[in-house]
Amino acid sequence: MTYSGGRMLLSSQREGQVSRFNVWVTILVPFLALLFQIYVPLFFRFLSFLEMPLLVVIYLGLMRRNPVSGLLVGAAVGLAQDAWSKNPLGMYGITKTLVGYFAASIGMKLDVDNVLMRFILAFFFYVFHQSFYWVMEHALLSQQSPFDMPGWLGLGVLNALVGAALFHFLDKLRVTAR
Amino acid sequence: MESFLNRYRNITVLLLVIFAQLVLLAVDAKNDQHVRFIRVWTVTVVSPLARLMEGMRTGSFSFVHNYITLHDADAQNRVLKAENDQQKLQIIFLKNELGRAENAKALQIFQQRTPSKTLAASVFSTGINSSRKVLYVDRGSVSGVMREMAVVTPDGIIGKVTAVYPTVSEVLLITDPMFAAGVISGKTHAHGTLKGTGTSLCKVDFVAFEDKVDPGDWFYTSGDDRIFPRGMPVGVVKSIKPGQPYREITLEPSAMAAGSPDDVLIVLEGVHQDIPENPPANQQVYLAPPPPPLAEPAAQTAAAGAAPAPGTPPRPVTGTEADKARALYQKTADSENIVLGGGPTGQDIKRPPDFTKIPVDPRTLPQGRGAVPPAPAPAAPPAKKGTESPSPAKSTAPPVTPDAIRRANQAGGGPGGNGRL
Repeated sequence: MTYSGGRMLLSSQREGQVSRFNVWVTILVPFLALLFQIYVPLFFRFLSFLEMPLLVVIYLGLMRRNPVSGLLVGAAVGLAQDAWSKNPLGMYGITKTLVGYFAASIGMKLDVDNVLMRFILAFFFYVFHQSFYWVMEHALLSQQSPFDMPGWLGLGVLNALVGAALFHFLDKLRVTAR
Repeated sequence: MESFLNRYRNITVLLLVIFAQLVLLAVDAKNDQHVRFIRVWTVTVVSPLARLMEGMRTGSFSFVHNYITLHDADAQNRVLKAENDQQKLQIIFLKNELGRAENAKALQIFQQRTPSKTLAASVFSTGINSSRKVLYVDRGSVSGVMREMAVVTPDGIIGKVTAVYPTVSEVLLITDPMFAAGVISGKTHAHGTLKGTGTSLCKVDFVAFEDKVDPGDWFYTSGDDRIFPRGMPVGVVKSIKPGQPYREITLEPSAMAAGSPDDVLIVLEGVHQDIPENPPANQQVYLAPPPPPLAEPAAQTAAAGAAPAPGTPPRPVTGTEADKARALYQKTADSENIVLGGGPTGQDIKRPPDFTKIPVDPRTLPQGRGAVPPAPAPAAPPAKKGTESPSPAKSTAPPVTPDAIRRANQAGGGPGGNGRL
């Protein structure tokens, strides 16, 4: 099976390829994504729509296909993002934990090497991330932020486009093992 | 159970992680302090490491500075030692200046008090020849200095001028063996001759064996040598050894007790003074300022013994018995319009006052053989305005005693009705 196979669904888990990454990649890539999220919007405000930590969590979850690993990566990245933002600790942490878990779980069922599938998953998880964050803001913090679903859908498309390109770049860093 | 955990391992871990983050979120949201937990944790974790690193950095720097770069310490020690020595010299110089200032002030006060005419001079050199005890002062014949003039300080005599130059004079100290001066003891007025011994002490020769002189007695200049005016302190007796026919008296010169002086006085015209019985006091005595003048002139005239102004009640006479007697005599003279002491010899007094009218207290007269019996009390003179007390008890008193004297006696604890002179 090649990465550019025509099927999107896997008949069994054995068809899926487990990607492994070096330790420094699993640490450095989320760290760079966090720095991007913090500093790039300060100089290029039009890039503030990008949610780079989320894309990295989605990618690592999809490619590693291990729910525990995915949720731990999501929790770590989310808590770090909370620490560097003004949010209470856990808002991004819980959201990205779920994203990492679900991404790893879906990665076992789908052919995540497909570009269209990556685009769809990135779009879906972006909208899920924003929606769940809004729910937590209302439910836990009683904050009245607007429910901007059209905006999220638009930004989800943009993030999915960037995510598809980013995933292609990150594929160069993985160590393939069957 | 194990199979259950394996089956639901993923969802279990997910729930645990989410629950832990919910707890964290709840605690952070409830935090009413304005310091975020992540910052508190970070500071708590990083601070010990930072302290450790700072301690290591400081220790390394101090080690390098204190032990490796010690090559500067020796140079700094030399500089500090030089500064310390310089400051010690400065302190000594300032102390000497202070001592000179105090000596100059004492010299000035002594110069103002002594009746002799003196000239201040500074000692600028001592004798080079060690066999002679001489000083050189910065005053000479230009300033009126002549040979054989006395040189003194407030503490006593120093020596005499033995050579005079235009601007410099040589002073032979009293400790020189060639020095001699007439002295007299303060207590018994025993005469002797002061001589130098070449040491810091002097001796007094020619004090007769019968004359009583004790250690600690003071000797003064007698004026017999025609150099030193009489009454200047010379020194105190240190020791006395019996001898025939004269005693061997060792004297410690008072002016040389603190070493050679820096400033001296040259006696240009000496005035003899009395020999004091008590040794000169070295301690300063507090002298209170004079009292302010009295406001009413009558008080001044009464205190001076003059007649009070008409209509002014007489003030009580206080003071010694002599003051009271003087006031009584003054009153008698005033009653006869006679001014006592008006002329140099009393030539303007036409007639003397009649002092026989002064009443006499019989208790004050001497009792015994040869004593004059008390005369009968004369009749009281007619009262004059302004000279008698308005007290009615005055006329009943046997002797006519001034009311002022009676009040003074009463104030001093004497008998109330009897005046005493």
